[in-house]
Parts: sequence; C-alpha cells; structure tokens
Amino acid sequence: MHQALARDPSLPVVARPAGLRKRWLAVGVLAVFVALVAGVSLGPVSLPPGSVAIELLNLLPGVRLDSGLTEREIAIVTELRLPRVVLGLLVGGLLALAGGAYQGVFRNPLADPYLLGVAAGAGLAVTVVLTLGTATGGALSGLPLTIPLAAFVGSLGAVAMTYLLGVAGGRSRSPATLILAGVAVSAFLSAGQTYLLQRNADSIQEVYSWLLGRLATAGWHDVRLVLPYFLLTSLVILLHRRELDVLSVGDDEAAGLGLHPQRSRYLLIAAASLGTAAAVSASGLIGFVGIIVPHTVRLLAGSSYRVILPLSLLFGGAFLALTDVAARTAAAPQEIPIGVVTALLGGPFFVLILRTARRVLT
Amino acid sequence: MFSRTPRVFAATLAVAALALGACAETNSETPRTGDSRSGATFPVTVGSLTLDQRPEKIVSLSATATEMLFAIGAGPQVTAVDDQSNHPADAPKTDLSGYQPNAEAVAAKNPDLVVLSDDRNKIVDQLTTLKIPVYLTPAAQTLDDSYRQITELGTLTGNADTATDVVQRMKDDITKIVAEVPQRVQAPTYFHELGPELYTATSKTFIGSIYALAGLENIADAADADGTNGGYPQLSQEVIVQANPDFVFLSDVKCCQQSAATVKARSGWSGIEAVKSDQIVELDDDVASRWGPRVVDLLRTIVDATAKVTE
Repeated sequence: MHQALARDPSLPVVARPAGLRKRWLAVGVLAVFVALVAGVSLGPVSLPPGSVAIELLNLLPGVRLDSGLTEREIAIVTELRLPRVVLGLLVGGLLALAGGAYQGVFRNPLADPYLLGVAAGAGLAVTVVLTLGTATGGALSGLPLTIPLAAFVGSLGAVAMTYLLGVAGGRSRSPATLILAGVAVSAFLSAGQTYLLQRNADSIQEVYSWLLGRLATAGWHDVRLVLPYFLLTSLVILLHRRELDVLSVGDDEAAGLGLHPQRSRYLLIAAASLGTAAAVSASGLIGFVGIIVPHTVRLLAGSSYRVILPLSLLFGGAFLALTDVAARTAAAPQEIPIGVVTALLGGPFFVLILRTARRVLT
Repeated sequence: MFSRTPRVFAATLAVAALALGACAETNSETPRTGDSRSGATFPVTVGSLTLDQRPEKIVSLSATATEMLFAIGAGPQVTAVDDQSNHPADAPKTDLSGYQPNAEAVAAKNPDLVVLSDDRNKIVDQLTTLKIPVYLTPAAQTLDDSYRQITELGTLTGNADTATDVVQRMKDDITKIVAEVPQRVQAPTYFHELGPELYTATSKTFIGSIYALAGLENIADAADADGTNGGYPQLSQEVIVQANPDFVFLSDVKCCQQSAATVKARSGWSGIEAVKSDQIVELDDDVASRWGPRVVDLLRTIVDATAKVTE
C-alpha cells in the first residue's frame, strides 16, 4: 500500500519511514472510531444498530429523525453509553500517554503510573478525603474538585518518593531499581490506606465503590470533570515530546542542545502525574494500560517518542473503550470491574516486556 | 538499635501472655445457677455450646446481635459491643471491631459469652482456646434464621420467655402488615441499591424476601438466576434503566450520601418510572442491612411507601 502523502524533508528519520507513521496515525484514528461505534452499539441491552446511529445523528444540531426507540432507550444511548465510551477514551488515552511519558523521563521501559506508586498515592489521598468527609458529614467530599486535587497531590507525592528512592538515591541506572522503589512506595501507601479504612469502617463501602469500576456509573459529569485535565496534560506532554527523544540520548547531550534536562523532566513528570490523577479520580484504579499500549506502539511504529506519544493517546483510548465494552457485555447484565479485565491482559504482557527489556537494557 | 528489639519484644509478649492467662481464668463471681427470672435454669445447651451459668458479661461484635440482645431484655448483661453497634443508643459501644476482631482486645473485657456474626481472623478458634464461650449469628438467609437466632440468644442469656415473646410479636406484626398489601394484578417492580456502584440484592436474599412479602417484583432476579453471585449482583446502569423499576430503594444513604436527589440527577435515569413518579425511597442503611427485630420496621416502610400503587 503506497502512501500518497508527501514526506516532510525537514523531519529527521528516526526509525521508520514517515509514511508508515502516517499510516499508524490513520489506524489509531480508525481504532478510536471503531471503539466509539462499538461502545454505543454494544451493551447488555440490545438495541438495533440503525436506530442507535439515528440517535447519534440526532445529537447534531438541527437533526430530528425518528429512530423508533423509547425515551429510556434513547437515554441509554446518549446518557449512559456515549459518556461511558468518551470517558473510556479520555482515561485510556491519559493512562497510556502518562505511561509513555514516564517511560521516557525515567528511561525505563517498565515505568507505568501504577508501578511508580502513582495510583497508590492517589488512592491513599482520596481515601483520606473520603474518610475525613464521612467524619465531617460529607462536607469535604461534597466539593466537586476535592477528589481530583487530592488524587493529584497524592500521585505527585508518590512519584517524588519513588524517584528519590529509585533514582536519586544511588548511581544505579538499572530499570529494576526504580520499579522496586515503586513497589516499595506502593506497598507503603497501600498499607496506609488499609489502616485508614480499618479505622473508618463506615467509609469502606464508599472508598471501594470509588476504587472499583467507576466507568460502570459514568455520566457526562465525569467527562466534564476529566476533560480540562485531559486537554492540559496531553497538550503539555505532546508539546514536549521531542525533548523526550533528546533526554533518552542523555542529559549531557540534551544540555548541549540547549535543553534544561531537569526542568523538562519535572514538567513532564508533573503533567503525567496530573493526567494519571485525573484518570484515577474519574474512574478508579485501572492498571497496565500505561504499559501495554506504549510498548505495543513502540513495536509497531518505532521507538521515537514523537511517534509513540500521540499514537499512545489514540490507541490507549481505543483500547480502554473496547476493554470496557467487554467488561459490560461478557457477564451481562452484570458488570465486571474494568480494572480486573486490564490486569488479566496486562499481567502476562508485563512478563513479556520484562523478558525483552532484560535483553535490551542491560 | 535493632539488636535490642527482640528482647523487648519477647518481654512484651511474655507480659501479654500472662495477662491473657489471667483473663482466661474463670472469673470467681457468685454463680447464678438456678436464676428464676424468666424461668431460666442453667446449664443450657445450644448446638455444641453449653453455658453452666447465666452470662453477665456479654460482648457482642455484631450490630444485629446487639439489637437482638437488647430486644430480648439481655441488655443489662451486655458489657461491650463493637464500633458498629449503634442501636439501641444505650448499648455500651467500644472501639472493638467486628470487621477485624482481635482476640486479645475481646479477652480483655473478660467476657463470659461472645456473640459474633462472622468468624474472621480465626477469632472463634482463638476465643475457644482462651475458654471463652462463643455463639455465632451468621447473616440470616430467611426470617426463620432470625427467629432461631433470637430464640437461641434467649436460651443462652436466660431470657428465653422474653425471646419467645419477641419472636411471636414479630410474626404477628409481619402478618398484620402483609395483610395490608393491596391485591394487585401487576406487582410493582423495584431496584434495591446497596451501593453507588449499583450492587443489588435478588429475591433469593434475606432483604429480597422482605420485599417479596410486600408484594414487589425484583428487577435483578434475572441477573443472578443461578445464584453464582450469592444473590448480590452488580447491575449495569443500562439494564436498570431498561428494566424501568417502579421503585428505587436506597440503602446507601448514610454510607455513601445517596438520596432521591442524587438518583434523579444521575445521567440517563430521568426516564425511569421511579424517578418520574417520585418513588425513590431512602431507607435507613442500618435497618436495611440487619436481620434483627427491626426488620418489621423495614417491612412497614416498604409497604407504606408502595401502598399508593393499587392496580
């Protein structure tokens, strides 16, 4: 298949011809579209695809077609499935993008928002807010931005701890050190969370309902909550994606090219942590997306972060939205927590990465 | 610094063990055998548990058991209840945990009977080792389980007659309330919400059986027809919307700040009959999750809330 698109000669050739990258970009956009269509057409309640399509057209201003669906069926399409798919796209995109950014910043193929302790940090912070909230009669957790802010502070704190333990602590540049630090930080923070829950048994239910399967109860308000963070995070990371390529060569070389390696690094870490925190606070804990997607993209489309990051955003969104379709149809009319599905897929994948990474990195 | 820790630790253990040994010894209170109040004569045996004398220092680690004990007049014999036992108000609430029971903390109360709903952390084995009598009141599956637990607690605590009265009164009240349920051609449908993540209970559960008494049909029954989820499935939102329940009952009001207002505000729920007709019932979380004497109140609430639907 030949590309009719002209290559920009000013772009350096990184690993693959640009035509191939453009092709993957097209595939990514297509994947998002497929996820969108599958997400609104498939669900435990079966609706005729034609009627669903008509209802989606009706969302456009000035269109008024009769799809033959009842008021409740229309609500299922536009108020339940559509926001859920959109949220899946946003959260999956954020997690994959953050994962890719962390991998670049830490020069570590195993860096993942969950393995760095980000999720545990966000989880602990949110648990603090919710338990305090119960203690104060919901006064605190009732505020709209309290939970995402707490999640952000918690995840940033966790990354800082992991970074200090795993990188700054020694001269070691081994990927394993950072991951071990992440595991230790995660364990420590999870223990703190468990302790808090033990002390506040009456908030257990609320915290766990938040931690598990929040996509199941997604609505437009969750989309509105995540969207600003999504835009901010993806804008910052995508604008700095070239710097990740430079950083991956080495700090001295980056400084020689007029970059401030440490400054870029902190900015990217903050952006990735904010993105993860927003994802976690909207949909609870969903693991492994940040490691499966960037690595798959790397295998398919080359190892330059300029390519990996935008593609991760697209494929991550499509991956999570499609996984969510599986989570809500596999055991219909019951839900399977989506974190369970991603972990089932991610566990074996992680082992695979570990085996290949050992060869590449040592 | 750490080299001294084991020794300190061992010393602490030794002290604790001594203290425990002291606790485990039978207390030298005057035996109350042959107590004639409510016609109780000891020893009594329930299942494999035999009590030689009337228990005077009962510890309850179950909110439901606490309600049962106080209802049958054993309240004065209860010395400590767990941190979830918030009814009746004068129950001696402590920071003991029923979720994570700790044998030492329980033993420190020097109880002569411990009542538990769950055998977690091997607590039953541990208390048995300490020669503390334990009676288990697992979550009831049917009303008959509740009646049996109340009756057995009556026997064990020397309040058998009162317990029999309590059970009889519950049965009479329930019969009376059920008689008020209007004869309908079509049973109203309902969704019982256990939590904001949309876990629910089918008709096979204890709570579901109470709704069945009120003549209601459960929209979740098809979701767990084979009972693989123990009667507690998590439903998809769209399944609930499509099932269009006439009533939504919330038992996550206190725990999770849900209310008629939050349900109405949910994306996509506006077309549900329960929302349209303002038939969202906020239950008391505790009453809706316990299987003690207050199930009568729960049934009363459900029947009153649904009485206006007559056809």
